[in-house]
Amino acid sequence: MFSSFLLHTWIAATLLAIAAGSLGYFVVLRRSAFAAHALPLAAFPGGALASLLGFAPLWGLGGFAIIGVLFLRIFSLLGRRDVAMGLLLSSFLALGGLFLSLGREYAARVYGLLFGEVLGISSASLLPLALLVSVVLLLLLWQFPILLLESTQPELANAHAISSARIEWFFLLLLALVSAAAVPVVGTLLVFTLLVSPAAAAQRLSRRPYHAWALAILFAELLSWSSIALSYWSNWPLSFFVGVQGALLFLFSRIFARS
Amino acid sequence: MPAFSVSTDPVLEVSNLGVRLGGRQVLQDISFTLKKGSVSALIGENGAGKTTLLRSILGIQTWQKGSIRVLGKTARGQLSQIGYVPQKIAFDPYLPLRTRDLVALGQTGRHWWQRSDTAAVAEALAAVQAESFAEQRVGMLSGGQQQRAVIAHALARRPRLLLLDEPLANLDFASASRLVELLGVLARKQGISVLVTAHDMNPLLPILDHLVYLVGGRAAAGNVAEVVRSDVLNRLYGYPVEVLQHRGRLLVLPENPQQGLEIPCHVHEHLDQHD
Repeated sequence: MFSSFLLHTWIAATLLAIAAGSLGYFVVLRRSAFAAHALPLAAFPGGALASLLGFAPLWGLGGFAIIGVLFLRIFSLLGRRDVAMGLLLSSFLALGGLFLSLGREYAARVYGLLFGEVLGISSASLLPLALLVSVVLLLLLWQFPILLLESTQPELANAHAISSARIEWFFLLLLALVSAAAVPVVGTLLVFTLLVSPAAAAQRLSRRPYHAWALAILFAELLSWSSIALSYWSNWPLSFFVGVQGALLFLFSRIFARS
Repeated sequence: MPAFSVSTDPVLEVSNLGVRLGGRQVLQDISFTLKKGSVSALIGENGAGKTTLLRSILGIQTWQKGSIRVLGKTARGQLSQIGYVPQKIAFDPYLPLRTRDLVALGQTGRHWWQRSDTAAVAEALAAVQAESFAEQRVGMLSGGQQQRAVIAHALARRPRLLLLDEPLANLDFASASRLVELLGVLARKQGISVLVTAHDMNPLLPILDHLVYLVGGRAAAGNVAEVVRSDVLNRLYGYPVEVLQHRGRLLVLPENPQQGLEIPCHVHEHLDQHD
């Protein structure tokens, strides 16, 4: 269970859970669950293109997630945010499908990108992941009060000279980075669970801002560790355990929350 | 007394302010000043330009003509001197935020190396009598309690000027009179200049020093006796209006061409508008 190639999976998942839990806290506060679904999907064609042209998938995923952010901001200025999101989702999924169909090994690649390739994590990909996670964590810690206020009461934040547009850019770009890092591990479709369910459960259970934030990170860790262990013993896919346990976590938090 | 005293300077000075929004002149030639420790009201109906004026003072809204000075400086650099309480206050019930945390966030904008001023937080909680629900989630409080929590948030940066947008709009009579009393205390005891927008001036009359009466983007300013007079308001509205007094309360109504109708009918009409 802790053999060398699975060790990479443990390290990657631990790092990823820190980023997903801490950023997911703000996804829930800002009611941006839809964006947390759309941006990993925007990264998807980047992964497909990388495998088609043979460059490192992280560049493709990151590049397309950032293009997704630009797409989102521009289309939300032109019209409604939810419409922009829906269009982003479907057009990028279509693009990813095209890139995959141009290459060989169609089915395996689709599966890897959508549901994750736990055993495909190389030691070379751990360093960029660690760097990315520390950057995300430091930025969030530094901007915590400002993000908290703007996410809960934008009008109060504006009276403190905090620009809502700037915060939205900042938040979406961080979300794009975390999405790009998470797709190779848990896959496009399940980044969402890792972002949303630990944070939502933590906010139910704690009424203190920093306490709930730490709890979100802890829950994200427990969710990914238990999913890896269960996947190892059962030989069922990791993504199955992440998805199902994420939903259960939220359910239990509602039952056990006292206030 | 020092040789020169800053406290006699106006806390807020608006002169000849003009704001255009989407091709429409929303505010025109607005001038007034607020003194230290005074309570003032911006009175006007929906669309009269009250919120635009508040947003201009906060520097969120840009203006084309005139100037706004807070404590003698341009308002943009003085945000830390202004506390703001918006009209729409709604928190998600499961927000991980206690009343105490919301109040502490009132000091946002300090640099990260500056320690938070816990004494100011405690004082702000005490000023609005929020200690009893300081540890509760903000989202679980009643509307009136949430409003007091937001006022404490605004007080936590020890402002010299406090702006409140329609604070009486969603309160019952008892909560409204409690809030009016609180605003009076903040002005008299802590020397904060309070500016409140409202469409009905009557609940505020017991504490009001100064009035800015807005009609269609133009204003008349002064104390109540100077502004709420038929000749002044006639000019502002551009048609004849009359001011009725009933047991210390004031009603402004379009002049009724049919003389001989009794006053209670007017009162009734007025109440219907403000249900």
